Amino acid sequence: MAPDLVQSAAAQSTSIGQPNTVAMAFFFVFIAITLGITYWAARRTRTTEHFYAAGRSISAGQNGFALAGDYMSAASFLGIAGLVSTTGFDGLIYSTGWLVGWPVVLFLIAEPLRNLGKYTFADVVASRLKQTPVRLAALLGTLSTVIFYLIAQMVGAGTLIKLMFGLSYETAVAIVGAAMIAYVLFGGMIATTWVQIVKAGLLMTGAGVLALLVLLKFGMNPLALFAAASAKYGSAMLAPGKLVSIPLDTISLGMALMFGTAGLPHILMRFYTVKNAKAARTSVFYATGLIGVFYLLTFVLGFGAMVLVGPDAIRAIDKGGNMAAPLLAEYLGGTPFLGFIAAVAFATILAVVAGLTLSGAAALSHDLWTSVVRGGSARPGEELRVARVATFVLGVVAVLLGITFKGQNVAFMVSLAFAIAASANFPALVLSIFWRRCTTQGAVASMVMGTLGTLMLIYLSPVIQVDILKHAGAWFPLKNPAVLTIPASFLIGIVVSLVTSDAGALEQHEGSVREMVEGARAH
Amino acid sequence: MSSGYHELAARRWRVAIILTMAVIIIYFGFIALIAYRKEMMGSLIAPGLTVGILVGALVIVSSWLLTWYYVWWANSRYDERLAELKGRGE
Repeated sequence: MAPDLVQSAAAQSTSIGQPNTVAMAFFFVFIAITLGITYWAARRTRTTEHFYAAGRSISAGQNGFALAGDYMSAASFLGIAGLVSTTGFDGLIYSTGWLVGWPVVLFLIAEPLRNLGKYTFADVVASRLKQTPVRLAALLGTLSTVIFYLIAQMVGAGTLIKLMFGLSYETAVAIVGAAMIAYVLFGGMIATTWVQIVKAGLLMTGAGVLALLVLLKFGMNPLALFAAASAKYGSAMLAPGKLVSIPLDTISLGMALMFGTAGLPHILMRFYTVKNAKAARTSVFYATGLIGVFYLLTFVLGFGAMVLVGPDAIRAIDKGGNMAAPLLAEYLGGTPFLGFIAAVAFATILAVVAGLTLSGAAALSHDLWTSVVRGGSARPGEELRVARVATFVLGVVAVLLGITFKGQNVAFMVSLAFAIAASANFPALVLSIFWRRCTTQGAVASMVMGTLGTLMLIYLSPVIQVDILKHAGAWFPLKNPAVLTIPASFLIGIVVSLVTSDAGALEQHEGSVREMVEGARAH
Repeated sequence: MSSGYHELAARRWRVAIILTMAVIIIYFGFIALIAYRKEMMGSLIAPGLTVGILVGALVIVSSWLLTWYYVWWANSRYDERLAELKGRGE
């Protein structure tokens, strides 16, 4: 009885969960604009280079926004603001983790990737190794990352939209799927890039205005806001809490976030949309700036929601605290502002799934169809057709998975996707780029074991065994296996390379170094 | 024949490794402080500001500074040397 009373008391003071005309209006404007962009992009998408890489015509600044748009998911906007609003300081541990992957992308991956590849990260790993085994192993890592990330986004979309717009879960998932398929299928990378840019602009504006309205109540001084939180809910809100009770778990999640970013297929693919390595480099600089500002803003939003809305009212709407930012928007700007923020959250999910689907389709058509099935040379126009079929199939699969996993706890799937990206894709990329002795067998073993090892340890971990299967204990103690699987993947790659030999890889090393520096391929 | 390219690739690699190590030390240093120096991280420097919040904000700022430094280095030193190599037609 008691929780129901709290629920209804809170429901009276908020319009969340009821159809919101302003949200609908904003959302339809967003859909109309992005479909307009898609129509414009479709007329420019004639070749595979347009479809996968926007004809290499995206500027560094545009790509910086698009990278940020691809990366800032609803999970980080709503999730981190929610975490801060209910636990205070602990939310900061997450936001920093999400940011520190970007310098790693810049230092180790962005430029060599741009210079050595064409469309996918497998291009780079395979550049001086044997095509078929490397492409197949990379496909395993890519699809695992993309599918788990997609499930988390689709389920999040259904739940959020149901909560904020009052639509049914299935309708919400179907709308997201249909719009995402339309963007990618017709507009390819050009449309996807501009959807990301529009979304990043909306998200930064929404979070920025919201933070400004919060700070106006505290004399534009964030410290006054933190002090108010501490006065109301105790000084513990400004200090480390329970989140780091098992340090190794936090370190493991931190490693997954830090190195996973540099192994996410949809992020890596963005570096092929700019004209050279210098533009790739500069775009990461912009993205890091934008994402850093964004996480500082969510910290302010979280504390604002804590002080102005209150942790209990936030938990009453959603136990995970995900509605903190929308509730804060409603408190500060009434139903219209709530509608705007809700539409921004929807746009956020839509843009992320479009990027993911495109990278999955590129892996299927470029890596599997053209490179493996056709031995490297598909007939003209064929690869583009296959890419479009793959887009459609992946979109439908995403919708079906979203409906299948309805009501399941899928929050762990985002960190799982990061763990696979960090353990399967990242080590093979680093070894093949920087290590002369890396062999085909070494790279393949590292990618396959990285994927399977991560999946197995996640299955044996408390997130599946205890939280989902309700067993008393778990075989593997950590929630995230990255602390083990990243070093293991590197070790496997190195040991297998040392005991095998790959004459072709050694022979081509000289030319590969030169290409990496000079940037000969794919102008 | 292309020893200039090798040397330049090795130089970029060294800079990349040093900067990556710096990010790793900064971030995991932050986590270690939270795990093992909880009281210190929770102590107040000013009303509303704990050591932990300050250090967390510094992690974000240092990520910016490191990326800025790398881009500055690459745009000037690295690209200059690359232009030289290309100019010589090696």
